[in-house]
Amino acid sequence: MAHVFTPKSETEAADIVRGLTAPVSIRGSGTRSGLGRTVDAEDALSTRGLDGISFYEPAEMMMSVRAGTPVSVVEQTLAAKGQMLPFEPADHRGVYGTEGEPTFGAVAACNISGPRRIQAGAARDSIVGLRFVNGRGEIIKSGGRVMKNVTGLDLVKLTCGSYGSLAVLTEITFKVLPRPERASTLVLEGLDDMDAVAVLTRAMGSAFEVSGAAYLPAHDGEPARTLLRLEGMASSVRDRMTALQTVLSSTASIRILDDDATAALWRDVRDGAFVAMPADNALWRVSVKPTQGPALIAALADIPLDRYFFDWSGGLVWLSVAPTGDAGAAPIRAAVSELGGHATLIRAPDHIRRSVDVFQPLPGALMKITSGIKQSSDPRRLLNPGVMYPGI
Amino acid sequence: MSAIAFPPVDAAIVARRPAILAGLAELVEPAGLISSEAEMRAYETDGLTAYRRMPLAVVLPATTEEVSRVMAFCHANGVKVVPRGAGTSLAGGAIAHEDAIILGVSRMSRVIEIDYPNRCMRVEAGITNLAITGAVSPDGFFYAPDPSSQLACTIAGNIGMNSGGAHCLKYGVTTNNLLGVKMVVIDGTVVEIGGGALDSPGLDLLGLIVGSEGQIGIVTEATVRILRSPEAVQPVLFGFDTSEEAGSCVAAIIESGIIPVAIEFMDKPAIEICEAYAKAGYPLDVGALLIVEVEGLASDIEAQLAKIVAIARLHNVRVVRESQSAMEAALIWKGRKSAFGATGRIADYICMDGTVPTSQLSYVLKRTGEIVASYGLRVANVFHAGDGNMHPLIMYNINDPEEQRKAEEAGNDILRLCVEVGGCLTGEHGVGIEKRDLMHHQFSDLDLAHQMRIRSVFDRSWLLNPAKVFPLESRHLETA
Ligand SMILES: Cc1cc2nc3c(=O)[nH]c(=O)nc-3n(C[C@H](O)[C@H](O)[C@H](O)COP(=O)(O)OP(=O)(O)OC[C@H]3O[C@@H](n4cnc5c(N)ncnc54)[C@H](O)[C@@H]3O)c2cc1C
Repeated sequence: MAHVFTPKSETEAADIVRGLTAPVSIRGSGTRSGLGRTVDAEDALSTRGLDGISFYEPAEMMMSVRAGTPVSVVEQTLAAKGQMLPFEPADHRGVYGTEGEPTFGAVAACNISGPRRIQAGAARDSIVGLRFVNGRGEIIKSGGRVMKNVTGLDLVKLTCGSYGSLAVLTEITFKVLPRPERASTLVLEGLDDMDAVAVLTRAMGSAFEVSGAAYLPAHDGEPARTLLRLEGMASSVRDRMTALQTVLSSTASIRILDDDATAALWRDVRDGAFVAMPADNALWRVSVKPTQGPALIAALADIPLDRYFFDWSGGLVWLSVAPTGDAGAAPIRAAVSELGGHATLIRAPDHIRRSVDVFQPLPGALMKITSGIKQSSDPRRLLNPGVMYPGI
Repeated sequence: MSAIAFPPVDAAIVARRPAILAGLAELVEPAGLISSEAEMRAYETDGLTAYRRMPLAVVLPATTEEVSRVMAFCHANGVKVVPRGAGTSLAGGAIAHEDAIILGVSRMSRVIEIDYPNRCMRVEAGITNLAITGAVSPDGFFYAPDPSSQLACTIAGNIGMNSGGAHCLKYGVTTNNLLGVKMVVIDGTVVEIGGGALDSPGLDLLGLIVGSEGQIGIVTEATVRILRSPEAVQPVLFGFDTSEEAGSCVAAIIESGIIPVAIEFMDKPAIEICEAYAKAGYPLDVGALLIVEVEGLASDIEAQLAKIVAIARLHNVRVVRESQSAMEAALIWKGRKSAFGATGRIADYICMDGTVPTSQLSYVLKRTGEIVASYGLRVANVFHAGDGNMHPLIMYNINDPEEQRKAEEAGNDILRLCVEVGGCLTGEHGVGIEKRDLMHHQFSDLDLAHQMRIRSVFDRSWLLNPAKVFPLESRHLETA
C-alpha cells in the first residue's frame, strides 16, 4: 500500500528520510506532479505539513516560508504590505487540470519563473537562502537572509531547479519587490513571428525597463498580439510608454491596456493559458535565444503543432502538439540542437512521458557531473529517483 | 607571523619541479610559462598582500585547448592548480604555494561575440570587467556588476567570487548577470554550460560555479547579459550628523518602495580619508555620508529624487547636494570609488566584507567601532548600504606582526558579529584563505560536509585551489 509521509517539522522530515527503506516521490499539493519524468516510487513524502511564514521583514524586502506554505498565502501577505514576488511564478493548475493549493516549496524546487524573468530574474535569482533535508537525512542550510552572500558553495542555486532530486526543501528565504503603482501593456496587432520578435528584442534593448515581452499568434479570429509590459510609478510608466512607442515606430495598430487588463493578460501568459487546451495535447517549453524563436517555429513545419506562443522576448516558446507518436520530440530536439537551447516536455500522456526524454539530454561530461552530484547528495537514491534523468 | 595557515608543502612535488616545468613547457607556447623567481614575484600574492607564497610555476595559456592540456597534465601528475584572473582578490583566493602552479587566464581577453538583439555577449575569461562594458558602451550598452576594481579585475575572477559592486542593488551580482561559461574540469575535459538562452537544461551548474572560488574548474569563456544604459543617472549626496541617522535613512528609502541603483555609505574617517585624496568636495563637518543614485528618464529621476530627498529630511539630513552636471556627478563618485586606494596611502588595511540585514546596519556600525577601538586600531567604513554589505577598513602597520594579529582578530570579531545578527561572513569578496577558518561560525559540520562532497564531485583529489574556503581541519568531515 502506498504511504504518504507528512512531516510536521523539519526534524521529523529528517527522521523520516533517515528511516526510509524505499524511494519516495516528493510533493507539495501535487498541482504540478506532471512536471518532470515519472518517478519510480510507491510512497510519497508531502511537505504540506511544513506550513507557514517564518519571517517577514517588509523594510528589508525579505521573507522566509516553510516549504508547504501555499503560494497564495505568500502573495496575499506580500500584497498587504504593497510588495510582490519578483519572479511571477506560474500556476500550473490550468495546464495540468489539477486542484489544490500550489506550495512555495515546489516553486523553488522547480525554479518556476514567469514573464518578469527577463527583467527581474528567475526564482533562483530571488531566493537567497534554503534549508533542506538531503538524502542522508541531514538538515542542511545554505545562503541566509541577505542579498549578497558568497560564503561557501552556492547550494541555493544548485538546489533550486533540481526538481526534488537532491533534497526535500523545508524552508525558503527570498527577496521581494515593491508592488508597482502602475502596470500597463502596449499591444501591437497583426505582426507575424519575425516582425513581432524584432519589436520585442528592440524593446528589450531599450532603456525603458520592459518587464514583459510576449507574442500571441493570431487565433480564433483574434489578431496576432505583440505584448510589452511597463511597470513602476504612474508618471514613469506614462513617460516610458510614450518613449517606447517612439523608439519602436511601428505601423501596427496599437492599444494600451490598463492595470486590470494587464494583470489578467500576463497571468494567462504566465500560466500558459493560450496553449492549455486541448488538455490531451503534449506541451513543450523551449528555451532559445530570443531571436531564434521564429526559426524554431519555422523548423517545425512538419509536426502536428496546434498552437504556440512566445514569452521572454521570443526566448521561451510554448508548443502544443498533438499527442501522436513522440509528440514531436525528435524534430523539436533536432531543431534545438541546431539553434542552441533546450526543450522540456511539460505535459504529455504517460506513455509518451515514459518513452521520450522529458529534459534535454546532457552531453556525457555534464551527465557524469550530474550523477555525481545526485550520488553525493542522495547516495541511496531515495528522493524522487528518475525525476530528471534515469536514476537522477 | 602569519596567522593564517597553509597546508604543508608536498616535498615530492617540489622535488620534481624540473620535470614538471619541462612537461608544462611542451604544452604552452614559451610566453605562457613563467618560472624564474624574479618574474614569479608578481604572482606571489593578490589583494591580500600580507600573505605571500611563491608558486611552483606560473602558466598563462592562450587558448582553451592549452588550458585543457595543462589541466590534464596536472591531474595526471598530482600537481595542484590555483586559478587566477588579475589577482585582485581581497580574500587571498588567488594566492598559491610552493607545490602548486598558478594557472592564469590573463592572456585570454578577447571579445568573441556581441549580440545586441539577444542582449548578450561572449568573451574570453581573462577580459577585464571594464573592458566588457567598454566594448559595448559606444552602442549604449553596459555590463552591470561593477566592482571598484573593475579596471583590473577579470570576469574569470568575478565569476570565481560572485563579485558585486556599487550598482548591484538594482542589477544584482555576477550570478544574476551570467548566462553561460566554457569551463575546463580537472582532467582536462571541456564543458559548456548555458549560452544565449535564459536557462540551461539539467541542474543549475552555472549557479554552482559562480562563487566557487576556483575549486570546480577553470573558466575560459563567459556569456554575460548586457543591458541598455539608462537615459540619465543622477547621484545625490547626503550628509548626516550621525551614522545612526544615515543608517535609518537607508532603511526608510528601501521601505518606501523606491529602488535606487546604488546607496553607498561613508563614515567620518572614510569621508576624511577620501576627501584628502580625491578632493571631491565632501562636507567635512558631518558624521556620515550617503551617495544615493537613481536613473531612468529625466522626468523619472526628478520624481524619484524628490521622494528620496523628502525621506532624508525626515531623518535630519544636514547637507543635500544634488549633482547639476555630469562633472559634479563624477566628482561625487570619485571620492567613493577611490576609497580603498586612498586608505592604502595612509595605512595598510584589511577590508572586511560581511553582509548584515539592513535593519542591523546602525547597530553593527556602532559595534564595529567599539571592537576595533578595543584593539587600539582605527577603522573607516565605506560600503554598499542598500544591500547591507559592509566594508570596514581596519588600518594597521603591515610590518608590525602584533598589529597584524590585532587587525585580523578585530576583523574576525566583526565577522562573527555579522553572522550573529543574521548576516554572513562575506558578501562579495569570497572566503579565500582569509575567512576560511571562520566558516564554522556560519555553517554546521553537516553543512560544510555537504558542500565539500559536492566540491569533490568535480575534483576528487582536491587539486584545485585546495587551501581555500573550507577550514583545513574540517577536511575529514567529507568522508565522515
Ligand atoms: C581596490 C579593490 C577594490 C575592490 N572592489 C571590489 C568591489 O567593489 N566588489 C567586489 O565584489 N570585489 C571587489 N574587490 C575584490 C576583487 O577585485 C574581486 O574579487 C575580483 O572579482 C577578483 O578578480 P580577479 O580577476 O582579480 O581574480 P583573482 O583575484 O585572480 O581570483 C579571484 C578568485 O577567482 C578564482 N579564479 C580566477 N580565475 C579563474 C578562472 N579562470 N576559473 C576559475 N576560477 C578562477 C581564483 O582562484 C580566486 O579564487 C576589490 C579589490 C580591490 C583590490
